[in-house]
Amino acid sequence: MTTESKSLIGAPIARKEDRRFLTGTGRYTDDLNRLHQTHAVFLRSPHAHAKIVSINTSAAAAAPGVVAVYTGADIAADKVGGIPCGWLVKNKDGSNMVEPPHPALVADVVRHVGDQVAVVIAETKAQAKAALNLIEVEYDVLPAAATVRDAVAEGAPLVWEQAPGNTCFDWHLGDLAAVEAAFAKAHKIVEIEVTNNRLIPNAMEPRAAIGEYDAAGDMLTLYTTSQNPHLIRLLLGAFVLGVPEHKLRVVAPDVGGGFGSKIFHYAEEAVVVWAARKIGRPVKWTAERSESFMSDAHGRDTVMTAKLAVDREGNFLGFRVHNTANMGAYLSTFATAVPTYLSGTLMAGVYKTPAVYVEVRAVFTHTVPVDAYRGAGRPEATYVIERIVDKAARELGMDRLEIRKKNFIRTFPYKTPVALEYDTGDYDATLAMALEKADVKNYPSRVEASKKRGKLRGIGYSTYLEACGIAPSALVGALGARAGLYEAANVRVHPTGSVSVFTGTHSHGQGHETTFAQLVAQQLGIPFDKVEVVHGDSDKIPFGMGTYGSRSLSVGGSAIVKAVDKIIAKGKKIAAHLLEAGEADIEFKDGKFVVAGTDKSKAFGEIAFAAYVPHNYPIDTVEPGLDESAFYDPKNFTYPAGTHVVEVEVDPDTGVVTVESVVAADDVGVIINPMIVDGQMHGGLAQGIGQALFEECVYDESGQLLTGSYMTYSMPRAADFPMFKVGNHVTACTHNPIGAKGVGEVGAIGVPPATINAVLDALAPLGVTDIQMPATPEKVWRAIVAAKGSKAQ
Amino acid sequence: MPAISLKVNQRAVTAEVEPRTLLVEFLREHLSLTGVHVGCDTSQCGACTVFVDGVSVKSCTMLAMEADGAEVTTIEGLAQGGKLHPMQQAFHEHHGLQCGFCTPGMVISSADLLKRNPRPTEGQVREWLEGNICRCTGYHNIVKAVLACAEGSAK
Ligand code: FES
Ligand code: FES
Repeated sequence: MTTESKSLIGAPIARKEDRRFLTGTGRYTDDLNRLHQTHAVFLRSPHAHAKIVSINTSAAAAAPGVVAVYTGADIAADKVGGIPCGWLVKNKDGSNMVEPPHPALVADVVRHVGDQVAVVIAETKAQAKAALNLIEVEYDVLPAAATVRDAVAEGAPLVWEQAPGNTCFDWHLGDLAAVEAAFAKAHKIVEIEVTNNRLIPNAMEPRAAIGEYDAAGDMLTLYTTSQNPHLIRLLLGAFVLGVPEHKLRVVAPDVGGGFGSKIFHYAEEAVVVWAARKIGRPVKWTAERSESFMSDAHGRDTVMTAKLAVDREGNFLGFRVHNTANMGAYLSTFATAVPTYLSGTLMAGVYKTPAVYVEVRAVFTHTVPVDAYRGAGRPEATYVIERIVDKAARELGMDRLEIRKKNFIRTFPYKTPVALEYDTGDYDATLAMALEKADVKNYPSRVEASKKRGKLRGIGYSTYLEACGIAPSALVGALGARAGLYEAANVRVHPTGSVSVFTGTHSHGQGHETTFAQLVAQQLGIPFDKVEVVHGDSDKIPFGMGTYGSRSLSVGGSAIVKAVDKIIAKGKKIAAHLLEAGEADIEFKDGKFVVAGTDKSKAFGEIAFAAYVPHNYPIDTVEPGLDESAFYDPKNFTYPAGTHVVEVEVDPDTGVVTVESVVAADDVGVIINPMIVDGQMHGGLAQGIGQALFEECVYDESGQLLTGSYMTYSMPRAADFPMFKVGNHVTACTHNPIGAKGVGEVGAIGVPPATINAVLDALAPLGVTDIQMPATPEKVWRAIVAAKGSKAQ
Repeated sequence: MPAISLKVNQRAVTAEVEPRTLLVEFLREHLSLTGVHVGCDTSQCGACTVFVDGVSVKSCTMLAMEADGAEVTTIEGLAQGGKLHPMQQAFHEHHGLQCGFCTPGMVISSADLLKRNPRPTEGQVREWLEGNICRCTGYHNIVKAVLACAEGSAK
């Protein structure tokens, strides 16, 4: 960055976007209404697995207000393409994964509860809903496999005939021979089996989509609840509808949270756009929450077994993981990358384990597709590592922190045995900060106090690392990604010196309108209020890959910095002319172009004006205007890391776990707005603790969703948490111009194992050594009873 | 269709509604008050919370007809003369919102709490917000904002 004053970088400025949200003037997709709009409602399968014998839509089509009824046959007749998967994963033998079709409306076999079978389009939503009940579908119900364990069982019902054993792929990474050699010389081999409970992302704004067709210009528009409108344009245009980019506009206006679930291209988006063109009127669909539960992509859902080889002193020698990952019935956009490239590559954690080997078997089940959810693969990796490290300490009789410190990576760059190269970090620093903030010194007195109240107290740690700032295109391309993962920006300086910044990332809570304005205002030395950040419209923004994988600042922000660099470089040319100096002598400092060593200068605004009113201008060599675009492709992932410490109290009579203290000390790289960074931490921590203690998506044996509403799916509430204590220790990322690493997912990645480690620490005196997430009162109580029982014997 | 007359954000409104119309639908669809959000279909998220006769109510749990003769205030009607309500201001200053979707309900519900209990404890704030789900903030800064507002420290 160019200027020296640091006033806006690191300033906790209250957000620009707040006002509209606080006054009810935000514009979310469902708030938009288009002229002559119709309303779509989807008929969804009540069965997990069934053959569609027949569909009769004639009564529905004749119902009042109905404009059209479409089924899978109509989609097929129009040759509407299937919903594509964005990542091709190879099997161990080099062959491709099984990639089944994913039609926008299903014609023959439904494969999960909620699979979309037909759509009714009517003048009003009430009419569409009434007509929906008139569609007659005859199903031939088939047996289903809803869980990972059921799907891999001998003779399990197949989701796809082309996928024997329900295996989508069988992938591996690392050096198996090296790991086996390490195990052969181990003092001890520690083993664990862990489940990452299936979660439902539950952004508070349900998904919605409006398709629109302008016959005059043969233009299609999709308004949608998306984290990445350009990516949706690419998938919908190129793969599903066969419409070129210049004829398709995708707008993602204000979006009420995503957490990954709004990355993916969904069937409903394709159907409303396709149908809008067919009927020549806008088509709007908004999910009801119960629909979200059965149609939004879910998260996690893995079963892992792991073995850690250690020597007598507690040095890690080798680590081996087998992961069975649930893909659901179809492959969602990033699904296949989650357990592999986002999880398998993380298995070294912060430890210098010399040999690591990971295998992933991805399986189909009769459930909603599973894909990225806040953390995406990295929470799963962190969980198995941080659980087994605790277990190793216990089995070796070592201190849980000592064993961690003994194995910390301390020299950078560090090349892991699983394909990544960490550029920088300081794990001791974040650990020390966390212990201080958690007041670990006085922990024993708190244990005593709990004991007096008849409660068990436990403390748990997690020293995690994650890889984000997704992603170097060449690297991910070699790993099977079907898109580049750079980011684009356009910085438009207006004649009077104010600036519009167009970013391909998308803000749905992250506060980019503020953070990016700070970044640009600082770099240009202009007031923060003179910068406006625009996102979410493929017609306004040159290009973009969107927001996920904690990439917006490190990748999207870097693209903005590069575009501003170009603005400054051009400004120097103009200033040199106006100041009658050589271009090489012009310096840009604090918003002024200065002739080095003199007091001759031009303000940024003067240069902007000259660029648009080029009366006295180097017109032979410099074009008018001050408007630059840049693309930024990261050289490496970024590697946030830190220590999370959780303290819990367990009621031994009821199994209720109370979260007493949550501390997060993180290195997320250079921070632009600490208030926003802290807010991201809080949200991630709550979701991570939600996974550890409360949330679980449950299907029964027949594939019925048992947790299909807020009455059965346990969403964390305010009273479930204490105030969080968060802090940062910064080591700057070495390979992007900002030094930022990313913070969006950190909380959800680091805290689940710290929480479970705390629960197990509390229960250790009773002899409980294992518990699976979520540690609900029932599970904890049963574990206590079982442990007592085995003690009594 | 039956007609109802009520005051919404201090303006008199008369409209014909189908008897089954929910108050939230009436506010969003008839009056375009889209600051009232719908986050669930089981009356649990609280995104639809509005004031009805000065009491916070989930507008998805009430028929529009039940609001006949009532005074309704939505998030759109909370700021006065361009000046944010102290609770809105506190949410702004303490970063009590991220995506903004739960925010209208959170602000109204929190404002109602302070009417009933001007100096709540942290625990009371957390208990009171039982009926409002936020997925973004981990509730931390919401609680902070409400406590700050109670202390009158919000400027
Ligand atoms: S929409 Fe009213 S409580 Fe959720
Ligand atoms: S701010 Fe997004 S749900 Fe609360």
